[in-house]
Amino acid sequence: MADLKTNFLGIESPNPYWLASAPPTDKEYNVRRAFEAGWGGVVWKTLGSEGPPVVNVNGPRYGAIYGADRRLLGLNNIELITDRPLEVNLEEMARVKADYPDRALIASIMVPCEEEAWKAILPRVAETGADGIELNFGCPHGMSERGMGSAVGQVPEYIEMVTRWCKKYYDRPVIVKLTPNITDIRKPAAAARNGGADAVSLINTINSITSVNLDTFSPEPSIDGKGSHGGYCGPAVKPIALSMVSEISRAEATHGLPISGIGGVTTWRDAAEFIALGCGTVQVCTAAMTYGFKIIDELTAGLSKWMDEKGYTDVSQVVGLAVPNVTDWQYLNLNYVAKAKIDQDQCIKCGRCYAACEDTSHQAISMSADRVFEVKDEECVACNLCVDVCPVDGCISMVPMQAGEVDPRTGLEVQPNYANWTTHPNNPMSKAAE
Amino acid sequence: MAQGQMAPGIVSGRLSSDELTSNFTDLHPPLAAHEAAVAADRCYFCYDAPCVTACPTDIDIPLFMRQIQAGQPEAAGETILAQNILGGMCARVCPTETLCEEACVREAAEGAPVEIGRLQRYATDSVMVSGSHPFSRAEPTGKTIAVVGAGPAGLACAHRLAMLGHDVVIHERKPKPGGLNEYGIAAYKSTNDFAQAEVDWLLKIGGITIETGSVLGESVSLNGLIENYDAVFLSIGLAGVNALRADGAEKDGVRFAVDFISDVRQASDLADLPVGRNVVVIGGGMTAVDASVKSKLLGAENVTIAYRRGRDAMGASRYEQDLAASHGVKIMTNVQPVAIHGNGAAVEIELEYTSSHDGQLKGTGETVRLAADQVLKAIGQTLEGAPEGLQLDGSKIAVKGAGRTSIAGVWAGGDCAAGGEDLTVTAVAEGRDAAMDIHASLTA
Repeated sequence: MADLKTNFLGIESPNPYWLASAPPTDKEYNVRRAFEAGWGGVVWKTLGSEGPPVVNVNGPRYGAIYGADRRLLGLNNIELITDRPLEVNLEEMARVKADYPDRALIASIMVPCEEEAWKAILPRVAETGADGIELNFGCPHGMSERGMGSAVGQVPEYIEMVTRWCKKYYDRPVIVKLTPNITDIRKPAAAARNGGADAVSLINTINSITSVNLDTFSPEPSIDGKGSHGGYCGPAVKPIALSMVSEISRAEATHGLPISGIGGVTTWRDAAEFIALGCGTVQVCTAAMTYGFKIIDELTAGLSKWMDEKGYTDVSQVVGLAVPNVTDWQYLNLNYVAKAKIDQDQCIKCGRCYAACEDTSHQAISMSADRVFEVKDEECVACNLCVDVCPVDGCISMVPMQAGEVDPRTGLEVQPNYANWTTHPNNPMSKAAE
Repeated sequence: MAQGQMAPGIVSGRLSSDELTSNFTDLHPPLAAHEAAVAADRCYFCYDAPCVTACPTDIDIPLFMRQIQAGQPEAAGETILAQNILGGMCARVCPTETLCEEACVREAAEGAPVEIGRLQRYATDSVMVSGSHPFSRAEPTGKTIAVVGAGPAGLACAHRLAMLGHDVVIHERKPKPGGLNEYGIAAYKSTNDFAQAEVDWLLKIGGITIETGSVLGESVSLNGLIENYDAVFLSIGLAGVNALRADGAEKDGVRFAVDFISDVRQASDLADLPVGRNVVVIGGGMTAVDASVKSKLLGAENVTIAYRRGRDAMGASRYEQDLAASHGVKIMTNVQPVAIHGNGAAVEIELEYTSSHDGQLKGTGETVRLAADQVLKAIGQTLEGAPEGLQLDGSKIAVKGAGRTSIAGVWAGGDCAAGGEDLTVTAVAEGRDAAMDIHASLTA
């Protein structure tokens, strides 16, 4: 069995699965249960400044989007940072860390954008023995209205400034948690690096309204007839998170910056994908909130089994393996030509490929009176929509054409060489091929 | 005190009232809302869906599935009822395993079709429960059409005609409307007097009068109907039953399965209903299965279906056969009755094994005797009481197009008319289509 032992910024944990800063890590009781279940680490629910704790609403904090059979696909929340006194949290963190020295314990922090506020809290966090801190520049609801959370994360200059303060007053790893509610994720990531951050973690939650009640016309979750946008997370946000992670992994200004990946990690496969795009650890929240802590058994066993099958012995060997394959559209090989192929033995004759192609794509699938569906190579642009809508996994595949074959759609011979948009004759900006 | 399964002869009260009540509950309980949502979500919304093609009434099944998924089961019900006004009963009695569900692509994919029948029931029930009748009548045409027989074909025809603005008078020989829905369908498929509730709901459209006790050839004649109405639709079913050719077929304890089924359907207290200890049902169709299962549910100790051909030739679908088997009914194939023994009342039935050569069935000479204090004949129904002058096609009323008979102004549909399977859903389709044709000819 592959060893999942992870070293991230010098912080060791028995596996790369950390619980994200969120309700599951709000107090000693939950965190002990998580560690007993086998989680590699936790990022403690975000701490605020000394003083009267924040208050939460007393109505629904969560809203959900469901797939078939009420499978939870997306979760939205309007909960704020911890609503327990700072002192209580710090005492509990110290006790837990002392009892679980092999697990990662990170303190998430959100205090006002003033140097004094950070200077005040950081030494107290250090005293707990926590392995590092995560700066919550991500929460998009409530605290952002008070100039914290994503209000900081949306201004790269603030990120850099606060990160610098933290590095000045705290001597262990500083992780900056980024909000996805921005246009270009590379900017805040670069700001964090410039400020001296040891790593970034992303994504925090996405602004969202899960639904509108059509009787009361209140957004959900509804508090006394009104709703406010919350932060969206869960399986539905994973593609957004993967893209943002990949941008940071491959951008010149941030390449090599350690990343803790967050966003819809539900099974070992999701984790492996985040790791392959450059993450040293992954953080999980919604899956645990949906199914409980026991999912760690599948997460660890699955990742380990896959690594065994692939011959990897250490998680670090997987980190970033997919990054070289993430590129810009303009560099995609335009000489690559594929055609959809329908395996008639597997086809169950539902006709979804036909409806999709005929109504909304390229009219490249024919239908016979006895419901045989076939691809018209002379029309097929290999868009993959038929594959995506086919209910049978593996029934329709995209088969690459070989060099020298003639594409019946264009009448042109498939070329063996790589050629992209930058050299394409239709591109007014094209450079002559070397 | 219940008499038990071992009491000899044909007796009532073999089981306690509680047992009987439990035995005659819904074969398939209705789906709850969440179950329905999950089940409907399995529909792939096929293009030109095979299930629709397989449905004799062409219900837009993918559309109603999507309406269930989208949280509007009543809209789903309206989609169904617009094509099949008896969609509620069809949801209960259709052999979906040989119609829509057999054609479902998920049957091909994984041997587990979308549960179209149960979902159709969920959708139509929600319309019935709401009490609303989503169809209204067109401007009155001033025409009145006579419908003979208030079974599925007649009711479907009448409703469509009423919707199109015509008035309808249904002549029904029995005391209650519904036809086989009321008198013939297995009780465990149509519980809580659903057949009458459905008829009541159907009649809410207005413009339909039912005259019960009105018998064609007795109280009314075809010529009289042609004279007094603008058109006539015959949906008289198959009132006759085939006789059993075996020695001793007249003995006590031998009766027609359809009568037995009707008694069960009409019984006010199942505990009063007599059934044999050893029941043998002759036949291989749905009636044979219904009668055998009912006998078992009433407490018979041994129930055997005796069918003269092989299992593949049985009219009952594999699903129905399995249903019988799961209730403890023994199915014997390739046996034909030769004699019923007993002094006045049946005690034993003597069956001869058969074999088939070039399609010809022959007795092998070898016989077997089974204890049989009750023998139920389920060997087919025949057209009876068809008016003179109507051209027949084989043993049924010949029709062309949408049910046009050889006499102008007279249409026919349902089991009495040639063509199509003898199914509720087919009868509904024929009644509906004849109504459209009648409307076209009256308004041309």
